[in-house]
Amino acid sequence: MALPVLAGLLGTLIPALDGGFDRLAEWPGLRGAMGLSLVTGFASTGVSLALALLLTAALYGTPAFVRVQRLLAPVLSLPHAAAALGLAFLLAPSGWIARAISPWATGWTVPPDLLTLNDTGGVALILGLVVKEVPFLLLMILSALPQTDAARRMMLCRTLGYGRVRGFALTVLPALYPQLRLPVYAVLAYAMTSVETALILGPTLPPSLSAQVVLWMNAPDLQGRGLAAAGAVVQLVLVIGALLVWRAGEILCRIALPALAQSGRRGLWLDQPLAILARVMGGGLALAMAAALAGLALWSVAGPWQFPDALPDRLTLSTWSRALPDLRDSAVVTLAIAALSTLAALALVLGCLEAEHRFALHPGAGAMWLLYLPLVMPQVAFLPGVQMLALQAGLGGTVLAVALMHLVFVLPYVFLSLSAPFRAWDTRIAAAGATLGAAPARVFWRLRLPMLMAPVLTAAAVGMAVSIGQYLPTLMAGGGRVETVTTAAVALASGGNRRLIGAYGLLQIVLPALGFVLELALPALVWRNRRGMRA
Amino acid sequence: MDRRRFGQLTALFALGASLPRMALAGEWEAVLAEAQGQTVYWHAWGGDPKINDFIAWVGEQAQAQYGVTLEHVKLASTADAVAQVLAERDAGKTTGGAVDLIWINGENFAAMKAAGLLHGPFAENLPNWPLVDVAGKPAVVTDFTLPTEGFESPWAMAQLVFEYDSARVATPPRSVTALADWAAANPGRFTYPQPPDYLGTTFLKQVLYGVMADPSVLQAPVDEASYAAQVAPLWAYLDALHPNLWRAAQAFPQNEPALGQLLADAEVDIAFAFNPGRASAEIAAGTLPDTVRTVTFDGGTIGNASFVAIPFNATARAGAQVVANLILSPAVQARAQDPAVLGFQTVLNLAALTPEDRARFDALSLGVATLSPAELGPALLEPHASWMTRIAADWVARYGVAQ
Amino acid sequence: MTAALALDQFRVTLADQSVVHLDVSVQAGEVLTLMGPSGSGKSTALAAMIGTLAPDFRQSGRIWLAGRDITGLPTHARRIGLMFQDDLLFPHLSVGGNLAFALPPRVKDRALVVAAALVDAGLSGFDHRDPATLSGGQRARVALLRTLLAEPKALLLDEPFSRLDAGLRGQIRSFVFDQARARGLPVILVTHDIEDARAAGGRVLTPLGQAVGIGPAPV
Repeated sequence: MALPVLAGLLGTLIPALDGGFDRLAEWPGLRGAMGLSLVTGFASTGVSLALALLLTAALYGTPAFVRVQRLLAPVLSLPHAAAALGLAFLLAPSGWIARAISPWATGWTVPPDLLTLNDTGGVALILGLVVKEVPFLLLMILSALPQTDAARRMMLCRTLGYGRVRGFALTVLPALYPQLRLPVYAVLAYAMTSVETALILGPTLPPSLSAQVVLWMNAPDLQGRGLAAAGAVVQLVLVIGALLVWRAGEILCRIALPALAQSGRRGLWLDQPLAILARVMGGGLALAMAAALAGLALWSVAGPWQFPDALPDRLTLSTWSRALPDLRDSAVVTLAIAALSTLAALALVLGCLEAEHRFALHPGAGAMWLLYLPLVMPQVAFLPGVQMLALQAGLGGTVLAVALMHLVFVLPYVFLSLSAPFRAWDTRIAAAGATLGAAPARVFWRLRLPMLMAPVLTAAAVGMAVSIGQYLPTLMAGGGRVETVTTAAVALASGGNRRLIGAYGLLQIVLPALGFVLELALPALVWRNRRGMRA
Repeated sequence: MDRRRFGQLTALFALGASLPRMALAGEWEAVLAEAQGQTVYWHAWGGDPKINDFIAWVGEQAQAQYGVTLEHVKLASTADAVAQVLAERDAGKTTGGAVDLIWINGENFAAMKAAGLLHGPFAENLPNWPLVDVAGKPAVVTDFTLPTEGFESPWAMAQLVFEYDSARVATPPRSVTALADWAAANPGRFTYPQPPDYLGTTFLKQVLYGVMADPSVLQAPVDEASYAAQVAPLWAYLDALHPNLWRAAQAFPQNEPALGQLLADAEVDIAFAFNPGRASAEIAAGTLPDTVRTVTFDGGTIGNASFVAIPFNATARAGAQVVANLILSPAVQARAQDPAVLGFQTVLNLAALTPEDRARFDALSLGVATLSPAELGPALLEPHASWMTRIAADWVARYGVAQ
Repeated sequence: MTAALALDQFRVTLADQSVVHLDVSVQAGEVLTLMGPSGSGKSTALAAMIGTLAPDFRQSGRIWLAGRDITGLPTHARRIGLMFQDDLLFPHLSVGGNLAFALPPRVKDRALVVAAALVDAGLSGFDHRDPATLSGGQRARVALLRTLLAEPKALLLDEPFSRLDAGLRGQIRSFVFDQARARGLPVILVTHDIEDARAAGGRVLTPLGQAVGIGPAPV
């Protein structure tokens, strides 16, 4: 896992040494781009983490929380690019919101001249990141909560007269956060370095550093590559710096928390307003996502649709029928890559976890860091080097190369999603099987794997979704020859053709959603006569 | 000499020039034989479905006529393909490259040619080359003042036209000064793609033609000593224009289609394109209102040609040449010029065509928003490529890092 | 004749502290009871005997089963059957599937053998039942059947009756002991319940090998 990342890093660094840093220092936008990376990183991570924790603290154990859990999978499976494109349709001054309230409420007959997208402060970009990161952090919280004894701790706090939120913060959070730390770092690093979201929603004067690095990579003057490499290295240093600052913040919180806990204040007055805030913000996000997706779908079948009409003049399938051959081809390629990388990741993860079980290994914190390395490392910092390696290995531009590249990113998510249920499996079952004469292999194939079918399928669905959503790795490893629905959608985004973007965006959503449908349906079907297998 | 006579002369010249080429006929037979069964990866910008459909259609022709499979690799930017070839060269991959054919011109061509990344010369050996209007359309052999020397083959002519919604703009401006005045009177209703985007930089060059004391210096490389004084009027013009732009110049569309989408969404009233037939085609497709019309400036607007080039390490070199030649055939050129398909102006000399082939072009209607060649006015020559790079970089330094 | 199951200076230590120390043999059909409060090493002794001891523990001495030294063998090769506190029926398999899982692969007509075993245990026609739908007594009987169908050479019982209610407990207890005796299996019972120990009717030791007096069964 670390090997491709480190090799790629080296491959990136070398062109940077050839004068790249000097030219980067002369680029007048450097400070602005660095500032933007930091601001979007901290703001989106802070807001996402706060909102995810608030939703948990205020709603854990309520029916609303169950609804939140149900919404997680579809939102998680949504690629960043599709979410950003949908939001752009929604928020633009000529977007759906403005159309819905014009001209009757606003008097606008032409779109207002408002800077709602690509704003120089990066607010739209932060919003685009938050809608994707909140569900991810919620999932991580959900998988960590059972190990924190949260329900009993919160009940204890209630009996001592503490409010929900304050009780959660003082007793559950300290146990929860250590397990949340690496996912939070991954979110911070991703938010600082995301390319496709920044290209679609972010400012352009200048763009965020990572988006600028990709633009430089594509610069026609061929000087751009040294500049891009230097920018990638600066981006890496920036991410490491930001992680250190975040770590310092964690330490401060850890010092401050016991003092808060001993003050004895119950914080009951907080619960009501924070619960409302959590519901409004959570509901708002869910609504925004739903409207964004509906917008993508509608544009893909829209005939003429002038501002300020709230709906198209008529619906037509011409976008779909015209793009069908391309859509089909890229869907097949996308699914093939996703299947290859996910199967490989499943095999590796199950192999590791089974070996850990059989030989009683205890992977340390170092192993976890290794696993998270591809998620924490800025993609622009090591992918160009990996591209170079793939070319030298004669793998450039093949589906196999892209699948291998995806494996680097799919593996951590498959591991994260599968390790907890795998380890939580009652090993006395294995002992029971062994005392019945079953060798370890038989125990694995006949007992453990079938019993873990649901989490294995969940991990597979997550892996497929991660693979389908990859943009930069596909572009780099595919050498432009391998077109997935995501690379096609981002390429189209630059062209602004909303109908075609809508069709590709919708496909980007439908493909991973298929995985999650299968994940829910298959165990229900197979175990329909096994009450003990229903969660 | 009027243009038609000149064209006839050129045709005669082309006929004469084709005599030695007859000797090459055997070589072309060999190219055709080698191309049979090859797959050509054509890296071309994929942001416009009309162009994608056209390339797919060319692929069908290539398959049917020559047994060549054409795969369109859709790029977000032509520079992606340049970067790919460069990465391959750096990795020591001198054969079997991923790119067989690139849609290219201007600075990308200049960069690849200078770095020795192109195969050639090949263009003037193509059997259809004699049909190309070299004399009437000098841009087909001079790409941003750089002689192409056969390292790229032209396939479409382009000229800058301004598109406006006649329902909201009664009298469109017909000069850069008039445009600035109009923007001052209608703030927030005009913008241009953000340089270094190709079309955005073309707008800057158009402004240069309008505000420079002596635009003829644009045909020579940038002269450091006089550059600052020469372009000072450009920056003065933009400084005055920007507060009146869409979003007060706090954001810019990223490219030509994004600008076109702004016009379609009524976010702006005046846009522009490098394709005189674009507006008619979009109206026909139902994405632009049928009140959109086009206009050019009184002094002329910038025109150039689009080309295809073959990288030095292309896998299907023969197949790529067959496709380049196919694109120069009258049937393909006429289809590209059809406003319902692309509306691209042909690179061919109509006088050199057989009557049947000329009839293909005569049969085309202009389209509701397309100007006739006479209305289009003169095409201004592209400045030397160094101007484009330089003013784009300076624009970024001045306006592109506003934070 | 050698003992069916023999623990020869069998010792388990944790951080130099003896947890288990047994030097004892159990004849065919005999029940040896290990008794002690929780944390006294009963479960450790069982884990050591079936070979699933956690790596922190040190183990010495030998285990002989039917004249064979099984000390170094992996769990699945030891041929020691184990009944757990919980029945640990595999939830994804039917009752018949659970039993067939235990049958050695060489057995032919597996469905017939399984059906016959169910009839013997008074569970005739239960082959396709979902184990989650069985009553506690039924589950315990299926669990024992499963253990016996694997043809073990010895039987370990890990508080197998503690989860059953009082009425059922005596019934299942005699079912288990009868089946074990009928097959001539040496049995080691681990329990903290003095009634279990009395019903077993054999010697009673602590995990450290000391004899425990349990007095006569109340009349």
